[in-house]
Amino acid sequence: MATSANDVEALISKGYKAGFITEVESDTAPPGLNEDVIRLISSKKNEPEWLLEWRLGAFRQWLKKEAPRWAHVRHQPIDYQAISYYSAPKSRKDGPKSLDEVDPKLLETYEKLGIPLREREILAGVAVDAVFDSVSVATTFREKLAEAGVIFCSFSEAVQNHPELVRKYLGSVVPVADNFYAALNSAVFSDGSFCYIPKGVRCPMELSTYFRINAAKTGQFERTLIVAEEGSYVSYLEGCTAPMRDENQLHAAVVELVAMKDARIKYSTVQNWYPGDEEGRGGIYNFVTKRGECRGENSQISWTQVETGSAITWKYPSCVLTGDNSTGEFYSVALTNNCQQADTGTKMIHIGRNTRSTIISKGISAGRGQNAYRGLVKVTKGADNARNYTQCDSLLIGPKCGAHTFPYIEVKNPTARVEHEATTSKVSEDQLFYCRSRGISREDALNMIVNGFCREVFKELPMEFAVEAQKLLGVSLEGAVG
Amino acid sequence: MTMLSIRNLHAAVEGKAILKGLSLEVMAGEVHAIMGPNGSGKSTLAHVLSGREGYEVTEGSIVFEGKDLLAMSPEERARDGVFLAFQYPVEIPGVNNVYMLKAALNAIRRHRGEPELDAVDFLRLIKEKAMLVQMDERFLSRAVNEGFSGGEKKRNEILQMAVLEPKLALLDETDSGLDIDALRVVANGVNQLRRSDRAIVMITHYQRLLEHIVPDFVHVLAGGRIVRSGGRDLAVTLEERGYDWLKEEAA
Ligand SMILES: Nc1ncnc2c1ncn2[C@@H]1O[C@H](COP(=O)(O)OP(=O)(O)O)[C@@H](O)[C@H]1O
Ligand SMILES: [Mg+2]
Repeated sequence: MATSANDVEALISKGYKAGFITEVESDTAPPGLNEDVIRLISSKKNEPEWLLEWRLGAFRQWLKKEAPRWAHVRHQPIDYQAISYYSAPKSRKDGPKSLDEVDPKLLETYEKLGIPLREREILAGVAVDAVFDSVSVATTFREKLAEAGVIFCSFSEAVQNHPELVRKYLGSVVPVADNFYAALNSAVFSDGSFCYIPKGVRCPMELSTYFRINAAKTGQFERTLIVAEEGSYVSYLEGCTAPMRDENQLHAAVVELVAMKDARIKYSTVQNWYPGDEEGRGGIYNFVTKRGECRGENSQISWTQVETGSAITWKYPSCVLTGDNSTGEFYSVALTNNCQQADTGTKMIHIGRNTRSTIISKGISAGRGQNAYRGLVKVTKGADNARNYTQCDSLLIGPKCGAHTFPYIEVKNPTARVEHEATTSKVSEDQLFYCRSRGISREDALNMIVNGFCREVFKELPMEFAVEAQKLLGVSLEGAVG
Repeated sequence: MTMLSIRNLHAAVEGKAILKGLSLEVMAGEVHAIMGPNGSGKSTLAHVLSGREGYEVTEGSIVFEGKDLLAMSPEERARDGVFLAFQYPVEIPGVNNVYMLKAALNAIRRHRGEPELDAVDFLRLIKEKAMLVQMDERFLSRAVNEGFSGGEKKRNEILQMAVLEPKLALLDETDSGLDIDALRVVANGVNQLRRSDRAIVMITHYQRLLEHIVPDFVHVLAGGRIVRSGGRDLAVTLEERGYDWLKEEAA
């Protein structure tokens, strides 16, 4: 390569001196996206040549693409040249010195969710000098995982320590040119997680607590890759019920899952990014590409998501059912309150024979929230006896919100059976009054009704996560009833 | 002691006056029956007493155990011991019957400063109470009233009353939709809940229920007011003569 990393840095710092933004740390690239920035990212991370080429390839594809317009969401155009694409991992020193300096509203929410004090500090980005308990917890976890042969590390570490695995699977489920945001992510992704479960291994723990602590550090362009070898099993929990402080408005993550023969991946997400204020100002845009491939026979991938945060959510966790007898599942609760917008759903692509998929989507709209379900069930020619069951329920709270359902069905095989059921209901005054006349407060009554509506999805979540998710819905709905 | 004192109550729904100067005194330990033709405002009275929104009280007062009931929210009234068995119990899909009732009881217990019941204790309690109305345990774990027959819903209301142990129970047409066997079971359940420190106000269109739950007083609601009060025999007269003669009197 002609340009060395140093040249690039020199170039960039010149640009910076010329007055990009004030007060940029030396380890942050100035705003803007071009090939040099990508080279800088790659070199900072000490990446092998092939990965740099891969990023550049993605960038060139991205340049040819336009942001999708079909989603049922509205926002101002995003200026991709105004974003800074590289920032060295922040030291804790930059955060608030103590919880006293943290937004009281955030603290109030932590309180309501019952987040332990130490975790509140971490989530709020408080600079804590002492060695975290969490670090030692994470280390213990790692040792236990290593014993089982499971690799679970940051994406950057995986690139250094297991380059052959990363190279084999990266982009194999979500090709670089898959869509606008995926291409962008592929070009500039910062970090994320890598998880590899060897043949026949049942991951000895739910990959959760570790994540909860570390989630606070996830970047704007996160990359996750999970590979489950033949006969293995893993349950992976992403995200966090506590709202996180984050200055980045745009988030475009990519998650790829690969399940080999008889393998099973259970991927659960609770997403609670800042939704913006009551007028929708300042919230996170969450444009994510999540896809899993059931590559081997009898494999199974199941997505469970509870989405309550973000100003805009654009997200379609999908399953490509390549292996015969493989199964894809999607369980989703998406809540929009105030001015939040969500366009979310799933794609189930049936390729192998006797493949099965289940979609249970629960959309809740309150305030002026707009909630759209968009789902594709595609049965290709060779997918004999494919089966899909889709149930798509919407719950409206108040008169100003909206629910929309866009089911797309493409069937190319006559033996396929595809069922779709959809309902829309309202939380009625009668229901609320009935509960209140029994002594239950209006807010608790609403929670109860909403949680009842989501029951089929919550029961798919790991126990502790389900309890948190219920509380989270309650907090997210506050003020939704007069 | 006077538990409930309604004085000159005027209430309107959507601008339409329904109750026009209703007065009623209820003492602890008494069972009152309020009878009246369809549309006379019986359910309206029950809803006003339990605090349903949309009912505008334009005049009069309601005092419950010395407190201004109209100043309280529905949940506050419930926690203080007012209970309404609905004429049309509401279905709440996905919400477990036991779960809701436990939340209700614990809200009431918290209000009273009593410790909350845990799941085990609550289950024991509800199983015992379910026997009172001969309710099959299967119904306990179903969603609130969802897919219940009319009779099952009414039993569920009385089960809730048995668990929540109100001071003042308003039973709105609890007999409607019940066959004779179910009526006996429900009435028997209510009779077992009669206590010297509890008052019951039964609202009914037919006097049939009063054969099973014998009231201390019978009132006739017509034209938005209590037009006649009497004992058990008034109900029999009504059964024979209908309501028309009273309506004429009221007008
Ligand atoms: N929510 C409502 N909106 C409009 N009118 C109502 C409403 N509820 C009751 N009414 C009217 O009030 C009157 C009394 O009704 P109700 O109290 O249900 O009578 P009852 O229970 O004695 O049969 C009826 O004329 C009824 O149409
Ligand atoms: Mg009525």
